[in-house]
Amino acid sequence: MTATDTKAGSGKTGTKVMTLLEAITDAMRFEMERDDRVIVFGEDVGKKGGVFGTTAGLFEKFGEKRCFDTPLSECGIIGTAIGMAVYGLRPVAEIQFLDFIYPAFDQIVSEAAKMRYRSGGEYTCPMVIRSPYGGGIRGGHYHSQSSEAYFCHTPGLKVVIPSTPADAKGLLIASIRDEDPVMFLEPKRIYRHGKGEVPLGEHVVPIGKARIAREGTDVTVLCYGAMVSVCEQAADEAAKAGRSIEIVDLRTLVPLDEATVLESVRKTGRVVIAYEAPKTCGYGAELSALIAEKCIEYLEGPVVRVAGFDTPFPYALEHLYMPDAKRVLAGIEKTFAW
Amino acid sequence: MSLELLTILDKDGKAQKGKDPNLPAAELQKLYRLMVTTRALDDRGLALQRQGRIGFYLQSTGQEASHIGAAYALKDSDWLFPAYRQPGILLLRQVPISKIICEWFGNSGDTSKGRQMPVHYSFRQANFVSISSPIGTQLTHAAGAGMAARIRGDDTVFMTFCGDGGTSSNDFHSGLNFAAVYKAPVVFVVENNGWAISVPSSRQTNSESMAIKADAYGMPGVRVDGNDILAVYRVCKEAVDRARRGDGPTLVETVTYRMASHSSSDEAVRYRDAKEFDAWKQKDPIARFQRYLEHKKLWTKAFEQECAEGAKAAIQAAVTTAEAMPNLGPETLFDDVYMNLTPQLKEQRKELHDLMLKGGVGAEIGHFPL
Repeated sequence: MTATDTKAGSGKTGTKVMTLLEAITDAMRFEMERDDRVIVFGEDVGKKGGVFGTTAGLFEKFGEKRCFDTPLSECGIIGTAIGMAVYGLRPVAEIQFLDFIYPAFDQIVSEAAKMRYRSGGEYTCPMVIRSPYGGGIRGGHYHSQSSEAYFCHTPGLKVVIPSTPADAKGLLIASIRDEDPVMFLEPKRIYRHGKGEVPLGEHVVPIGKARIAREGTDVTVLCYGAMVSVCEQAADEAAKAGRSIEIVDLRTLVPLDEATVLESVRKTGRVVIAYEAPKTCGYGAELSALIAEKCIEYLEGPVVRVAGFDTPFPYALEHLYMPDAKRVLAGIEKTFAW
Repeated sequence: MSLELLTILDKDGKAQKGKDPNLPAAELQKLYRLMVTTRALDDRGLALQRQGRIGFYLQSTGQEASHIGAAYALKDSDWLFPAYRQPGILLLRQVPISKIICEWFGNSGDTSKGRQMPVHYSFRQANFVSISSPIGTQLTHAAGAGMAARIRGDDTVFMTFCGDGGTSSNDFHSGLNFAAVYKAPVVFVVENNGWAISVPSSRQTNSESMAIKADAYGMPGVRVDGNDILAVYRVCKEAVDRARRGDGPTLVETVTYRMASHSSSDEAVRYRDAKEFDAWKQKDPIARFQRYLEHKKLWTKAFEQECAEGAKAAIQAAVTTAEAMPNLGPETLFDDVYMNLTPQLKEQRKELHDLMLKGGVGAEIGHFPL
C-alpha cells in the first residue's frame, strides 16, 4: 500500500453553530477531504445520507467509491471493514442502530479487536465503527439500547462517546486517525438538541481525556453521552438546595481518563454515576470498583449508580426506564443520606 | 452451471489430453518438493506435539495439492486470508522454516509473538494475514480487502480458504455476497476435506455440492479434484485471472480428504470408517503427482531421496534453531493490544512486574482438551 495521500486541512478558521449530528457529518467530510484512504459505508448511507442524516452530502461530494450503501448485513459490513483496514484503507463503517450490531459481534471482538495482538503487530485494524445508541426517541427495544459495556470489556477496542457538537467532531476526527479500532457511539437522542459552537476545519479532541463539564465541590457526577445534559439539569436543581455538583463527561470509556475521575472524587468525596444502560455490570460498575480500589479513603458516602433498570428496553414505559434529572438528583441526595 | 468434478490427472498420474497446463519441468519439480516438504513438516509438527515439546498441532496431510496448487496461481504480491490447513503456502512463499517452527513454540522468534496456538500463523512478508480459529471470519476480510483494492485501483488479487464446515458460517454468506455485489477480486477456496472435526460434510449442507452455492451469489462456482495439483492450479489460475481482469470473485471447491485427525487432540478413528480412509489413501495427492512426474521422466528415486532428505534436514535444522530461541519476555504480554500502552495496561504491567520480583508468580497451566 502506498503512503498516505493526505492533503492539508481546509485552512478554515472560526466556529459555526451546529447540531451534534451536523458536527459528525462535518468530521467525516473533513477527514475524507484530507485523507483519501477514508471510506464511509453502511446501510442507507449513500444517496439517502443515512437514516438520521449523518452522512448527508458525502455521496454527492466524494462519489460512490468512497461513500456507499452495503447489503443488509452487519457481519458483512464489519468483516469487510476489517479487510479494508488490514489492506490499508481507513474505513468508517456505520451500523444503523447499535441494537443491530450483534450479528457483527464476533467480527468486532474476535477479529478487529485482536488483529494487532494476534499477529504480533504485523497487521492492524485502524477503523471506526459509528453507531447511534441509547433511548429517548420512542424506538423500543430494537432502536434504543446502550450496549457500550460489551465493547468496553474487549481488549483491543477503544470506546468513545461524545456529548457536545464540538466534541463529536473532535473525537470523531481523532477516532478516524487512531491506529486501532474505535467504537464511536453517538447519542442519537441529542443528535439535534443543544446546538453548539464547533470549530471549522481542523479540530481534534484526544481520545482518553475526560472533560469537566461543570466544576463543583460537593459531589462528582460521572456520565457520558446523552446523560451529560440530564446531569446538568440535576446539578441546576441541586444548586438550588446549595449543593455544588462537579460533572465529569468521560468522553472516552476505553481508555478511561482515570486521573481526571479520581482527582474529582478525591476533591468531592461523593460520587454518582449516571448511565442509560441496564444497571448490573454496566460501565458504572467498573467506575465504582475503580473508585473503591483507588480512593475509598476519600469517600464520604456510598458510590451511587443511577442507571437503566435491569429490564429489556421498554417501549410504552420508556420515560420511566430512562434516568432523568429527578433520578440523578435523588442519587445525589443518597450520597449524603447514609 | 456444471457440477462436474474437474480432474486432469488420473489415478495413475496420466494427464488427460489437452488439459495439462504444461508447466516447465523445474516448476513441476518445485511443486513436488513443496508437497513433500509440507508433509514432512506436518509429520514433524505432530511428532513434536506427541513428545510434549509443543502444545498443539493441526495437520494438512492429504491437502497439499489443494492449497499449494491454489496459491501457486497467485503472484507473490497477491494476498492470502488463510484458514489453518494451508502451511505449504508459507513454503511456496519462502518463509524460513525456522520462522514457522518458532510459531509452534511461541517463543521470541515467532513473528506473532506467541499470541496464538500453534499453526495460527501471520507472515506479512508473505502477504499471509493472521489466521484465526473461527472457521469463516476470514472470508469477509478477503472480500473487504478486495473491495479496497478496487477502490484504490490496485490489481492485487485475494485468495481465501475455508473448509466444508466453514460454508455453514454466516461469514461465508456475507463474504461471498459482498464480494459478488462489489465485484471484488477474490478467489474463495473451499477445501472440502469431508470432515469438520467429527461431523461429515453431508451434515453441513443439503446442497449437491459446495460449488453450487456460488450460483446463488451470482459468481462462477467450480468443483475440482483437490488431490490433483494440476487441476487445482488450472482452475485457480482461471479464477485469479478473472479476478485480476475485474470480472469479480469465483468459488472453487476442492474435493479432498483430511487424512489426519482434526488436530493433535482428536482421534478420527473414533468416528471415521477405516474403509473411507483407505479409499482416499489410494488417491494421495503426492503419490499421484509423483506418477505424473515419472511419466514425464522428471522423477527418479534419487530425486525422491533428495527431496525427502533435503526436507528432513532443513526441518531438523529449523527445529534446532527454533527451539534454541529464548522465551518471550513477560512484558510482551501487554504489547500490541493497542499501538501504545494505555495507562491501565501500564499499571497492570507494573503490577505483574512487581509481583514477579517477589517470585512465585505464574499459574499452573493444563493441556488443551479438545
